[in-house]
Amino acid sequence: MSSHHHLVWNGELTTRLRLIRRGMYLAAPGMLWILLFLALPSLLLIVVSMTTRGDYGQIEWVFSPDNFTRLLGFSSYGWSADYLWILFRSVWVAFWSTLICVLLAYPLCFHIANRAPEKRYFWLTLIIIPFWTNLVIRAYAWLLVLAPQLPFAKFAAVLGIIPEGSPLYPSAFAVYLGMVATFLPFVAMPLYANVEKLDWALVEAAKDLYAGRARIFWHAIWPQTVPGLSVGITLTFIPAMGMFVVPDLLGGAKYMLVGNLIQQQFGTSRDWPFGAAVSLALMVLTLVGLRVQRKHSGEGGVA
Amino acid sequence: MRRFHWIVPFTAVGSLVFLYVPLLAVAVFSVNASRFGLTWQGFTLKWYQRLFANEQILEAAWNTLFLAGVSTVIATVLGTVLAIGLKRYPWSRRVYTLLDINLHLPVVTPEIVFAAALAVAFGLLRMVFSVFEPGMLNMIIGHVTFQVSFVALVVGARLASISTDIEEAARDLYADNAYIMRHVMLPLLKPGIVGGAMLAFTLSLDDFVISFFTAGPTSVTLPLYIYATVRRGVTPDIHALSTLALCVTVILVMISERVTRKTNKE
Amino acid sequence: MSLEAYAIYKNYGEVEALHNVDLVTERGEFFTLLGPSGCGKTTLLRIIAGLELPDSGTVMLTGNNVTTLPANERNVNTVFQSYALFPHLTLFENVAFGMRSRRMTGAVVTEKVMAALAMVHMEDKKDRLPSQLSGGQKQRVALARALVNEPEVLLLDEPMSALDAKLRHAVQAELRQLQQKLGKTFILVTHDQEEALTVSDRIAVMRQGRVVQCAPARELYERPVNRYVADFLGKANIIAGRRAEGGVETELGLLRLDSPPAWEQGELAIRPENIVFHPERPAVNGLRVRVTEAFYRGDRMEVWLEPGNLRMSAAPRRGIAKGDEIWIELLPGALVPLHE
Repeated sequence: MSSHHHLVWNGELTTRLRLIRRGMYLAAPGMLWILLFLALPSLLLIVVSMTTRGDYGQIEWVFSPDNFTRLLGFSSYGWSADYLWILFRSVWVAFWSTLICVLLAYPLCFHIANRAPEKRYFWLTLIIIPFWTNLVIRAYAWLLVLAPQLPFAKFAAVLGIIPEGSPLYPSAFAVYLGMVATFLPFVAMPLYANVEKLDWALVEAAKDLYAGRARIFWHAIWPQTVPGLSVGITLTFIPAMGMFVVPDLLGGAKYMLVGNLIQQQFGTSRDWPFGAAVSLALMVLTLVGLRVQRKHSGEGGVA
Repeated sequence: MRRFHWIVPFTAVGSLVFLYVPLLAVAVFSVNASRFGLTWQGFTLKWYQRLFANEQILEAAWNTLFLAGVSTVIATVLGTVLAIGLKRYPWSRRVYTLLDINLHLPVVTPEIVFAAALAVAFGLLRMVFSVFEPGMLNMIIGHVTFQVSFVALVVGARLASISTDIEEAARDLYADNAYIMRHVMLPLLKPGIVGGAMLAFTLSLDDFVISFFTAGPTSVTLPLYIYATVRRGVTPDIHALSTLALCVTVILVMISERVTRKTNKE
Repeated sequence: MSLEAYAIYKNYGEVEALHNVDLVTERGEFFTLLGPSGCGKTTLLRIIAGLELPDSGTVMLTGNNVTTLPANERNVNTVFQSYALFPHLTLFENVAFGMRSRRMTGAVVTEKVMAALAMVHMEDKKDRLPSQLSGGQKQRVALARALVNEPEVLLLDEPMSALDAKLRHAVQAELRQLQQKLGKTFILVTHDQEEALTVSDRIAVMRQGRVVQCAPARELYERPVNRYVADFLGKANIIAGRRAEGGVETELGLLRLDSPPAWEQGELAIRPENIVFHPERPAVNGLRVRVTEAFYRGDRMEVWLEPGNLRMSAAPRRGIAKGDEIWIELLPGALVPLHE
């Protein structure tokens, strides 16, 4: 007779053990792949971050918290805020880039949602194309725009912001331009999904109550777009903190972010232990960011 | 149509101009005759011709496609079965949560940390197995790692839209496991699988950071090549290359638009 | 005997879905499981289909024990509530699915599919996809897809709940005619008492995982065993009383009835249409009552009476009005003693 061992699952007569075994066979290869090449290596980063760099750039398995104290600015030469400043700057840049993207994305989405339905696809495609264009190309394209021969740099030179004949990069300004251009589509696309489905009756109701534009936006529009906005912010803020290509090409040594610092340790400096420590710091910042975002959005986060 | 304050359309169009000015600049300078400097010297296609004579670029193009193709095939297979295994079987709550966190790791980990972790992992693996020298194998492994997760998420979303009724109906109509998989589940999942594969392919083409940390001297991809060249100074060849890449992107976006619009209609 | 189920128990955690349920259907019978949602009727249907396992009990199909036979090996087919048509297959391929999955090919498949589609008048739409059909058309295809396999028993899980009221009436009649023509055993699950009465040979009324009464449709309506059945199928007046010489002594006086009760003290039920108007005092079970409300319902009047708070259904031509004092008779043959 049937017992606890047998069950019918989606029409199939089987046992729980057999189902779990089959589910495992199906899920295991992909899961193990991620486990082996991301989850475990991430744990490995923790171990490596506590080792010491050997004289030739190899890992010496001598454990100490030195990499972290170094990150906090302590060294044999005394205290310096350089690394902390880089970390802070990364958060700062990510924050402002995200904010600017959000401020630009709302009008952009309203404008597109306001087109005739058959034309929206065209406008939406205009956002999607930069979204999928290679990041390196998009970053270096700014080098071109900001080159000394083009009007932007010439104009800045006339104003006396930069010397005659020099480009607008590397600079904080160039980094911001690159960041906003990179991430604007990341905010606009999820936001648009919400804006397109906006319930305008609420807006009309608010208008009837003689609400000002700001109040209409804040009470009738903004709450309806929170889910998309929250996804957009996550998709922007987290990668922006760790961004490497944009600051590398447009900021150079003048405007270093944590991404460049990590790359440097794994590249020219060959200091993996310190690189691992900086990576962990970025990971912590990311988790804090996700935490904050989750708390404020309640739901709709991607993670 | 609603009437907005003029600042709304102004900002919207301004934002799009802001997104496209650099790309247009690249396209314009790719047909500029001047070798040095950025002043306009007349129309030419010679940079495009030189592109196809440049061994390095052709090799990089091949590497990019090879990497994207191979990793997409692996990731699509792994990701699809992973999604089915995770979503359609009676996992206990706790196990499911753990598996789900693992699945989302590649999505939430900052690229640069991901790349650093891979570099460390391969560095240590290299001590035991010499095949893990920086190069194509490492790049494929790295790319598959993030692609798997995206494919599984896309296929999983599609899977959630297939009610268990359908499976029960198939069973009621005498179908066994293999028949249901072949004639019901896979056809119904097809849009998700195709979408996931397209996403994986594009992610691979677009990737710079993971490749940068795992590539060897013979496995340079186009983004790596462009980056390396740009660091030495911008040249018209790169403009031509980038413009071509841009055209490919536009075509891919249009194709995927078509596909998604078609599946949305179904 | 076509389908039998004995002593079926099924629990979901703490919830008792089925408790000691027996069910025996005759070959060629239209059998209905009737009850409110959550009474266990769908669970019982799914156990018969092989889509659930009972905790204990036996399911027999044409004399063979099929309790632990997988769904895909049972000669039973189901019309699902959602219809569950395969969205990627044409109607033709939907109907052919059950044969294709058994590796049948060739002209015989085409022939049977076309015959099945013709049976539900859908043959001209064979190349359409399910998404191009209306709810009623989907239901027909689901029916054809199940019947084409010539199952011993056809199971129908609330197949009409997604249709609008008018269409539902037409489909009920068609379904009944189809079943009579094919001579197959149909088991229908529904919560709609009117639907159950219209199509069924026999009905099992279920409550909280138990079969309360299983009887032919007419008997169920006219001789409900308890208050639950009486209330679930149509309306009933319930009158409390005590057995007495020649009938039952109630607050309305001594009432005579054809079938004397088995209890000493209990309740009687009578349908509103079995309370009839009399111009003069009737010979038996006559009552002088006052009309407290009279509602015009088109085909009938719904009349509220005191004493006894009775509900009567009368022909509109009688011209009964609020405030009238009238004579009524509680038909002795329609007064039913209830159990419980």
